[in-house]
Amino acid sequence: MTVSDREPASERSDREPAVAVPPARLAADDEPGLDPVPAVPPAAPRTVPRRYGVRPGQVVALLFLAVIAVAALAPGLLSGADPLAADPLHALAPPSAQHWFGTDHLGRDVLSRVVHGAGYSLGIGAAAILFAAVLGTVLGALAGLSPRYVDEPLSRLFDVLASFPELLLAMLVISVTGPGAGNVILAIGLVQLPNYARVIRGQTFVVRRSGYVEQAVTLGLRRPTLVVRHVLPNILGPLPVLATIGMGTAIIATSGLSFLGMGPQPPDPEWGSMLAEARNYLRVAWWSVLFPGLFVTLTVVSLTAVGRRLQRRFEGRLP
Amino acid sequence: MSTLTLTRRRGLAAAGWIGPVVRRLGAGLVVLWVAATAAYVALLLVPGDTVDVLIADGVDTPQRRAQIITEWGLDRPIPHQYGDYLLRLLHGDLGRSYVLQRDVAEILSSQIWPTVRLALTAAAFGVVIALVLALTTAGRRSWTTGLAGFSELTAASIPPFLAGLLLLAVFSFTLGWFPVSGDRGFASLVLPALALGLQIAGALGQVLREGLERALEEPFAVTARSRGITEWRLVARHALRHALLPAVTLTGWFVGVLLGGAIVVEAVFGRPGLGQITLGAVTGKDMPVVMAVIMFAAAIYVTVSTLVDLAYLAIDPRLRRSR
Repeated sequence: MTVSDREPASERSDREPAVAVPPARLAADDEPGLDPVPAVPPAAPRTVPRRYGVRPGQVVALLFLAVIAVAALAPGLLSGADPLAADPLHALAPPSAQHWFGTDHLGRDVLSRVVHGAGYSLGIGAAAILFAAVLGTVLGALAGLSPRYVDEPLSRLFDVLASFPELLLAMLVISVTGPGAGNVILAIGLVQLPNYARVIRGQTFVVRRSGYVEQAVTLGLRRPTLVVRHVLPNILGPLPVLATIGMGTAIIATSGLSFLGMGPQPPDPEWGSMLAEARNYLRVAWWSVLFPGLFVTLTVVSLTAVGRRLQRRFEGRLP
Repeated sequence: MSTLTLTRRRGLAAAGWIGPVVRRLGAGLVVLWVAATAAYVALLLVPGDTVDVLIADGVDTPQRRAQIITEWGLDRPIPHQYGDYLLRLLHGDLGRSYVLQRDVAEILSSQIWPTVRLALTAAAFGVVIALVLALTTAGRRSWTTGLAGFSELTAASIPPFLAGLLLLAVFSFTLGWFPVSGDRGFASLVLPALALGLQIAGALGQVLREGLERALEEPFAVTARSRGITEWRLVARHALRHALLPAVTLTGWFVGVLLGGAIVVEAVFGRPGLGQITLGAVTGKDMPVVMAVIMFAAAIYVTVSTLVDLAYLAIDPRLRRSR
């Protein structure tokens, strides 16, 4: 039984809807270590939790992410072939020693396209998360620090943004801006914004009521100094967890939008648009669907696994 | 128990109920209003003349332009136009698609059922798969638990359109068990619903498993075990109730996943429905339709989440206290 199970509804509602992604949503309640009175050690200390040991799954996930990161930053290291070089004579060739992942309908090397696609998928995802995290932190902290008449409309705005189905909201943005990588970043960033804003707002509430902030106020610290020096550094804790898991969601959303033709346009080797092109040849060339799909899925799986691990550590360290 | 206490109790209960219910309904209305406003702002933000935007790829004649200007009141100041727009929404008038030459409400109502059918079937698949996986493997320390956990993670991580493509490749092209596309009876519904339901199965399964495992460590589980009930009964009858509550919180999220995912999955399987309409509208910049779909999605979400909130009020009296 954790303490958070019994906490009053008012506090809970600040935290509960914090993250739209279910694994993160669990965070608040799933750790046994949330004792609010750290001064009193538990009578029978639990054996060292298994979660602090090294788990092979985590190692595999991190290794995979490292490979993907290399592919995104320096694709030339992993694949010598040109991702755009068409070779119609060898179109739709199955995997072979020369083309490990086979070739697509234009005879382009699928491996090379998958490798070069990592940059698009990860780049768009990371940029969207950066946008959402920065703007979300600013707005969330603003809401958390402001009087009610500022906080209330801002919180409502977060609620409304969070209440649209992700993909539909992104599509509304795209219908205004038109397709393209930059617009996908904007769309997904806006979709994810409320996750960050709500969590940061909740954190700000906690921090501003804390003893050290009250003492800083008593000492007569100027408000900007107080916010920048004392509040801001202490509300950013959950960001790495949110960003890691959010990155997975962003990559799924990016691939979905690209699949529908709203992301980077062909011939750019983005994973989603590769899948969109390959689906017409699904019957004859499974490899042109399987490999990009495998990389999207494994990337998201790894990000989520690592993110949840980070989350547990983070929650475990909470006072 | 006297009549007096009964009535007093009832009175108290009513007093505790009215405030939160009104507040939640009010919050729902605010969300709808902001959604309508956002859709309207989107319309204004689209580059180009609003008349051109509304016509999109439709027939462009001076008469039609004049008709659009009067219909949307485009010759009046913007706040006035916005007021007109809200009034028309209140009357259920969603505008007109000049591309498809039909009223938007008519288009939506004709295309909604295939999508609802798909979404409900997918939800059913997702819930059943998640329940079976979680109930059969939770709380057992063995490789099956790890495997089930990994399957859930994968199911939650695979984009629905990709799941659709893979299912097509295996079950339609290779095995030939299901039709490739279209909307002809239940057989054509199975694969799309599975593709869409996988994400729900994965996410819900993870939540259920965590909830079950936490519940199984609680004192009541020990008590129940000491009474000698079987492990299966403990999981299914006692722990499951505790695990279901956090899952119910996710209902709103599921609705979003289903609606958004349906659009992509319908595209993969070439099914008629809201997806086809939305996709056509977004690529063709058919703004009245895009706006209506957004409003529709917001309305569904608000309805479902308000119902969930009210259900919570019924379940947990502590939530009835006002903040």
